[in-house]
Amino acid sequence: METFLLDYLPILIFLGVAIAFSVVFVGAAWFLAEQHPDSEKVSAYESGFEAFTDSRGQFDVRFYLVAILFIIFDLEVAFLFPWAVSLGDLGMFGWWSMMIFLGVLTIGFVYEWKKGALEWE
Amino acid sequence: MSLTALAFYLFASITVFSGFMVIASKNPVHSVLFLILAFFNASGLFLLLGAEFLAMLLIIIYVGAVAVLFLFVVMMLDINYTEMREGFLQYLPIGALIGLIVLVELIMVVGVWQVAPEIIGTPAVAAAPDLTNTEALGAVLYTQYIYAFQAAGIVLLIAMIGAIVLTLRTREGVKRQNISQQNRRTPQTAIEIKKVKVGEGL
Amino acid sequence: MVEWLAGLYGGTDAAWFFSIITWILVIVAPLLVGVAFAVYADRKIWAAMQLRRGPNVVGPFGLLQSFADGLKLFIKETIVPAGANKGIFILAPMLTFVLALIGWAVIPWGEGAVLADINVGIFYIFAISSLGVYGIIMAGWASNSRYAFLGGLRSAAQMVSYEVSMGFVLVTVISYAGSPSLSELVHMQSGGIWNWNFLWFFPMFVIFLISAMAETNRPPFDLPEAEAELVAGYQVEYSSMAFALFWLGEYGNILLMCALSSVLFFGGWYAPIPALDFIPGPLWMIAKICFFFFIFAWVKATVPRYRYDQLMRLGWKVFLPVSLAAVVFYTGWGVAFGYIGK
Repeated sequence: METFLLDYLPILIFLGVAIAFSVVFVGAAWFLAEQHPDSEKVSAYESGFEAFTDSRGQFDVRFYLVAILFIIFDLEVAFLFPWAVSLGDLGMFGWWSMMIFLGVLTIGFVYEWKKGALEWE
Repeated sequence: MSLTALAFYLFASITVFSGFMVIASKNPVHSVLFLILAFFNASGLFLLLGAEFLAMLLIIIYVGAVAVLFLFVVMMLDINYTEMREGFLQYLPIGALIGLIVLVELIMVVGVWQVAPEIIGTPAVAAAPDLTNTEALGAVLYTQYIYAFQAAGIVLLIAMIGAIVLTLRTREGVKRQNISQQNRRTPQTAIEIKKVKVGEGL
Repeated sequence: MVEWLAGLYGGTDAAWFFSIITWILVIVAPLLVGVAFAVYADRKIWAAMQLRRGPNVVGPFGLLQSFADGLKLFIKETIVPAGANKGIFILAPMLTFVLALIGWAVIPWGEGAVLADINVGIFYIFAISSLGVYGIIMAGWASNSRYAFLGGLRSAAQMVSYEVSMGFVLVTVISYAGSPSLSELVHMQSGGIWNWNFLWFFPMFVIFLISAMAETNRPPFDLPEAEAELVAGYQVEYSSMAFALFWLGEYGNILLMCALSSVLFFGGWYAPIPALDFIPGPLWMIAKICFFFFIFAWVKATVPRYRYDQLMRLGWKVFLPVSLAAVVFYTGWGVAFGYIGK
């Protein structure tokens, strides 16, 4: 096996151990504690009233906008990661290359700001 | 069986299973969650191939960002499941066609590997064994492939503008906080001092 | 670290396996106990700042309070709401807990004392923390309760908003270290407190700390569970051990963020002055984690909760441009004056 994969083996086992812990915790509580469900106990928490409508309704479109903008900036960060790691070898040219990239995205950011897409109401 | 092979079969079988469940589960939210599981295991496969940076990136971008958006979309959709089932047969021909095309393409890719392995054997950049793959990527992406890199930046810019044009709706009659304006207020503009005579009030 | 113990066990494949398991338990067991005391410490610090006593009944100085709470939750009934999606409902707290644990696999405790010394350690932590949002969305959606749903949505938008500036902070630090490995990030800070990153990257340090609070839903950013408006947000339908797992996960994440802050900015396992290096690295790490946890508790006790629009404004209109400008400034400075380079 390649040596670097050996570094990941503990993570895989850790994942297994963590899952085992969580299953044991929930499972033990499930079996050891007394379970007496009744219709009032298992109804949704709604300050004493019956819920008028289904709780999973439509919500503000802004949440999508935030998610989309996040994807774009997250990609920007993803491009920055290898750049940061090898910036020492890239020198000035690599730095300017990234500055142009960031400059293009800053145009988008300014547009967003001016349009008011970053404001929550 | 070596541990690597064991890990491969574990990740691969979970990927295929969750890929199947994405199209088989009734509830679209379950579909997205299975999609996330598929991404997660695909990143395990990347890791086994030695592409550790791509494996992390797959989780950061696809699971951490793209799937959140998917989840938002399907959580909000008010889907009538029975209607969706009826649509199944209607879309079956086109779905089958697309599936067939993808299958043929996959066979061709694998076929080339068998027929002419020398085409695949020449990567554009020679692998440098002493570099980690993050460094190897960074060494060429920003200099040798600068045009592709800048093009990616422009694609992101268009995506950003497109998202705003499509989803931004400014609501009328909403009070917004303007913090700099708030901070610029002085006692002179904000309060008014009045002398009140005893027993009279304002 | 693993090799050494595996050698002690006999050096076979099984010995490797058991040595890994041993180290995992060496990390997880103190972590879970540490979380219990962190909850206690949190309440005690909070109380002290408000001139209250805090928990003081169970055990000496109330030290066993968290264990009593845990035991109480353990024997409570696990309530699954009738309208909930049962599988996802149970899965959500488990996911939160698992993610809070596995991040610890790459935290270095001393020279070579790290369970999984992977090349891309910092990206791994970033990936794990970006997954944290799912526990909350899944809980919010599966509960089928309006409070939980709103809390989950808010939390998702909040966590993604602060992740971007956190990414920019990481980029700056990585560019000077030249490596995404956590051990390398600590090595670059050797030689005493004046080499620690928080001095040279002070604005980034502040942004990172505040983003860490927002990522872990700590006050003043605890909007998802703002009790005055959302009762308890995404946790409202949870009881028993499922609820406890959320708490363990939340505090596990806070401690992980504290550990990460000390690795990135406070010299990791190094002593503040080289003369004190005879004290083992893990003790320094624990001391620094405690220090950062105190800051977290301090902020919780003193700062009022943000309103949602203010929170979004801070993330997108203040932190994002400032951290992006800082990336440009720091990397430009480093390249121009030769601080970045081999």
